[in-house]
Amino acid sequence: MQIFGSPLDVDPILLTLEVASISTVILLLIGTPIAWWLAHMRSRVRIFFEALVSLPLVLPPTVLGFYLIIALNPNGEITQFLRHFGFEGQLTFNKTGLIIGSVIYSLPFTVQPIMAAFEALPGQVVDAARTLRASFFDRFFTVIVPLARQGFIVGAVLTFAHTVGEFGVVLMVGGNIEGQTRTVSIAIFDHVESYEYAAAHSLSLLMLLFSMLVLMLVYALNRSLQIRQD
Amino acid sequence: MIHGHLQLSLTNFTLDSTPFAFASEGVTVLFGRSGSGKSTLLRAMSGLDKRTHGQLNFQDEVWQTGKKYLPVERRDIGFVFQSAALLPHKNVRGNLDYARRRVPRDRQHGPGFEEIIDRVGIADLLERPTGNLSGGERQRVAIARALLMRPRLLMMDEPLSALDWQAKSELLGLIESVVAEYQIPTLYITHAPVEVERLADRVVFMADGGITSIETLAEATSRVDSPLFTEEGPVSVLHGTIGAIEPDGLVPFRSKQADAFTFWVSAHSDAIRSDANPHGLRSKTTRLRVLARDVAIARQCQEGISMLNQLACTITSIAIDTTGPRAGRAVVFLELADGQPLLAELSYRSVEQLGLVNGQRVFALVKTAALIDP
Repeated sequence: MQIFGSPLDVDPILLTLEVASISTVILLLIGTPIAWWLAHMRSRVRIFFEALVSLPLVLPPTVLGFYLIIALNPNGEITQFLRHFGFEGQLTFNKTGLIIGSVIYSLPFTVQPIMAAFEALPGQVVDAARTLRASFFDRFFTVIVPLARQGFIVGAVLTFAHTVGEFGVVLMVGGNIEGQTRTVSIAIFDHVESYEYAAAHSLSLLMLLFSMLVLMLVYALNRSLQIRQD
Repeated sequence: MIHGHLQLSLTNFTLDSTPFAFASEGVTVLFGRSGSGKSTLLRAMSGLDKRTHGQLNFQDEVWQTGKKYLPVERRDIGFVFQSAALLPHKNVRGNLDYARRRVPRDRQHGPGFEEIIDRVGIADLLERPTGNLSGGERQRVAIARALLMRPRLLMMDEPLSALDWQAKSELLGLIESVVAEYQIPTLYITHAPVEVERLADRVVFMADGGITSIETLAEATSRVDSPLFTEEGPVSVLHGTIGAIEPDGLVPFRSKQADAFTFWVSAHSDAIRSDANPHGLRSKTTRLRVLARDVAIARQCQEGISMLNQLACTITSIAIDTTGPRAGRAVVFLELADGQPLLAELSYRSVEQLGLVNGQRVFALVKTAALIDP
């Protein structure tokens, strides 16, 4: 496929989509319990954990990436610990590194909408489910998830989109290895560096359209779900 | 028996029930002003608040001891919330099915699905989404849902307080007949004396986060300073049965003892009107609420007077208010032929002029038109 007279970089696009999909699934799985835990925390430590989860929003991605390289380096304790379980690869400069970085970097985008949805749950309705003999997991899947679905959908979409668009952490943790860790945002940077403006342009335009589409989707979802609740 | 002693500390409220014990049958009303701790005590007794501690026994089961508790999911409590708390993502049938699907095998007995939805009057609502039900309809669905989960105990937290006057009156009658018919022990919260007088077998009075006393309804209405009495003054609650409607629209309300007394009541009185079917009358045992200020006293049976209700009774005591807004008023405690108490509020001057004394046989006069519930 040719856009602006140069071939479209398919590899970075596929890699980006793969990393974003895997990260979103992982984040929904770990972000949901974190959101539940934070939403129900009454003590003052909650402020600390809320700030910790939101840290990637304000921290320069390079700072996050720097600490991740240090923590995940092949001779570091985390990697060595995993070796006991037969782990042989490494956690940086490959797809695993990209996913770990993405998960941490996008955590607030998953946790915050889901937490807000948990906090807005009608308490008496959840209590009613309890009196009707629904155990925790029973009412979680039959009452809480359906009532908090807006939070889950918005969280998932934002997480996916944000992971697609990340640059700094990916560059630090993943390096820039063609076909392995070169995502779309890095590919654009590369093209610009080497004056391949046409190639940069095609990828950039794609990202622009994608981002606009995602945001419109989020706002449309917010609107339609709100209307349905009224 | 339900007995225990529960504590629950919230950020700006502390409940300390004080030790309590009452029978786990009939209707027990938790009564008190708002902020007295009624709802907090009910939540503590239900097990819905994990911060509860203390002791609670229901019949032969331990529900709470110290901080250990039986989870609410396993207490078989049918809870009716003030807001109805229907599952908003399910329609009426979905809400009822949610309750039915989770009934354990050993509790699948009792009135059937069709009977309950007919009884509660929601047969036509089953496919409706919950969002466009009226307040009264929502509460009916909540009651049906609570019955369908096969409870051993019903808990109702001010189920009528969010409803308009008409729905309130209909629902009160429905609750009255449902608890009488299905014989499910019920804990009922209200701050409305009328609801207490219609429903209660016993009253748990609450103030400042604790229980102040537990009395039978008869005890609670046999003292002048009862918290149940509002600006309407003292009230008597008579138990009896409703007879067949007469051609002129009057209905007899008779003592359960043959010929002890008969009150004539308007068939349109809310006091005796049936619930789900507003045109039908209940034949079962029911209650008649009589305001003391609507009762007059005569020494002899009167002729040439419009009052149809003239009941022979005996004065048991006379209480005179000398201070406060009721200064100059006297409450005369009467005993009807079957032993039920009836209160009459007179001016002190009338008591003096008639020369009323304890033990005297007199006639209580009650205007039929006055026997209409609020």
